[in-house]
Amino acid sequence: MNVLSLQDFGVKRGRRQILGGITLDIAAGEVVGLIGPNGAGKTTLMRAALGLIPSQGRSSIAAMTARDRGRAAAWMPQSREIAWPVDVEILIRLGRTPHLARGQKMTATDQAAVERAIVRMGLEPFRHRTTTRLSGGEQARVLIARSLAQEAPLLMADEPTAGLDPAHQIATMQTFGQLAAEGRSVLVSLHDLGLAARHCTRLVILHDGGIAADGAPRDVLTPDLIRAAFGISAYLKETPEGLIFQPLEVLT
Amino acid sequence: MMRLAILLGSLVLALFMGTLLIGPADISPVQSLHALILGEDGPMTLVMREIRLPRAILGLLIGASLGLAGAAMQGYLRNPLADPGLIGVSGSAALGAVLSIQTGLAAAIALALPMMALGGALIGVLLVLLLAGPRGSSLTLILAGIAISAFAGALTSLVLNLSPNPYAASEIVFWMMGSLADRSMVHVWIALPLIVAGGLLLASLPRGLDALTLGEDAAEAMGINLTRLRLSLVIGTAAVVGASTAVAGAIGFVGLVVPHLLRPLVGARPGALLWASALGGAAMILASDIFVRVVLPERDLKLGVVTALVGAPLFLHLIYRTRRDGV
Repeated sequence: MNVLSLQDFGVKRGRRQILGGITLDIAAGEVVGLIGPNGAGKTTLMRAALGLIPSQGRSSIAAMTARDRGRAAAWMPQSREIAWPVDVEILIRLGRTPHLARGQKMTATDQAAVERAIVRMGLEPFRHRTTTRLSGGEQARVLIARSLAQEAPLLMADEPTAGLDPAHQIATMQTFGQLAAEGRSVLVSLHDLGLAARHCTRLVILHDGGIAADGAPRDVLTPDLIRAAFGISAYLKETPEGLIFQPLEVLT
Repeated sequence: MMRLAILLGSLVLALFMGTLLIGPADISPVQSLHALILGEDGPMTLVMREIRLPRAILGLLIGASLGLAGAAMQGYLRNPLADPGLIGVSGSAALGAVLSIQTGLAAAIALALPMMALGGALIGVLLVLLLAGPRGSSLTLILAGIAISAFAGALTSLVLNLSPNPYAASEIVFWMMGSLADRSMVHVWIALPLIVAGGLLLASLPRGLDALTLGEDAAEAMGINLTRLRLSLVIGTAAVVGASTAVAGAIGFVGLVVPHLLRPLVGARPGALLWASALGGAAMILASDIFVRVVLPERDLKLGVVTALVGAPLFLHLIYRTRRDGV
């Protein structure tokens, strides 16, 4: 059963076709890394798949009603907005919004989901701190916890590791791995290809308005594909510690 | 949260009783209530039922309206400096009222003034919706509101400028300062349905406003219908603020200061701030209205002047505090 299915999917801005001919299925238990150079349309693809901007073709999530979308996919935008100085637990509770009927209060189930998210992100000591006074990295973790509390089958995260220190980058990717092990799926856009190589079960390169490659990391991060999409050379090696990817030089 | 509700609720109740019992007519509290409730024929009943009761009810309604609309607007725009006047409703309502005074309609027909003010508010909000479009961002809404406010303000100045009659001009200026003096139950009946309807629309917003804490994108992905939220916000605000301005003139600073003041007490949650600000706004208007009647009762001090005099320094203090906290 696929948690997201895009068929001949595309996005237009004005008259310009930004993305087109995209077919992508994400199954349960996958961590799919969406990679591509700046401006390749990673954010646009994710927002359109969620139905936040108009699109052509078919997206299984955009086709749902607004309410069902919130239960089918959790969305973590790249801009880490926290408008008001609410405390950490209250912010994470917002993730339960799609599960509550009009005027309904949080139930024990909802509270349990919030607790799981807090524990998973190691935020117990921060529970009653004011979110706007946390550091950028701490805020990022709180926002990840918010999308985890939504407990949707698919988590879509736009650059969730940007601005995090290495330990928290790795921890975030490991959290995604755990979610996949539990049968949920993650679609995550990343700029750090080393992180993508190690922690994603599958990579999708977005380039020139379409999918340039889609497959296991070792099949996607080949010298030819990397040169074509990113214009760089790279070192890729299967080691006892796993797949190692290191960008080397800019190719002209 | 419960404690805050009880505290604000009893404050509003006390001030409401205060406005009923305090006034230039020398009546004891017991006599006042007796006359109000049992109502024998006589001047006391007349004073209580026709003068003080409408004034107290209007203070309650208008204060709650301004506080509620201010909190909703700040929550939607995610900006503590937003004010219900931002979408141009109070400006265009004032223009309608000014036109009715200037043309003499207000003097000729009893309810011409509030009705024309309501008409102005309606035209203003329709123009804002037309300009901002059904799906635009919050920025287009602000810009449309500012444009309409500026235009209504310019037209109001033009009317004043061309006014051949200094009495009409001074009447306009005094009306624009906002007051609850000499209002009757008829004014209550004009404002009440609109304020209740608009208030119900605004009361449907808490969940959406809470979700907007995470930004428009995240809120929409959680199933919040932003188009509907925005429409409810604009129409609800227009109804409560339009009706308030129509019967009481322009009363500033309540919608700006009250939500700002109460925000820390509700844990900064924009949804919970709605009811708290409604109660807080009612308390501020009722207190100010008591103030204008106790201090300088013979000079007819205007309510809007007092709220601005109290509100502006309070606001300065809040800015100072915000700066100190570095958020």
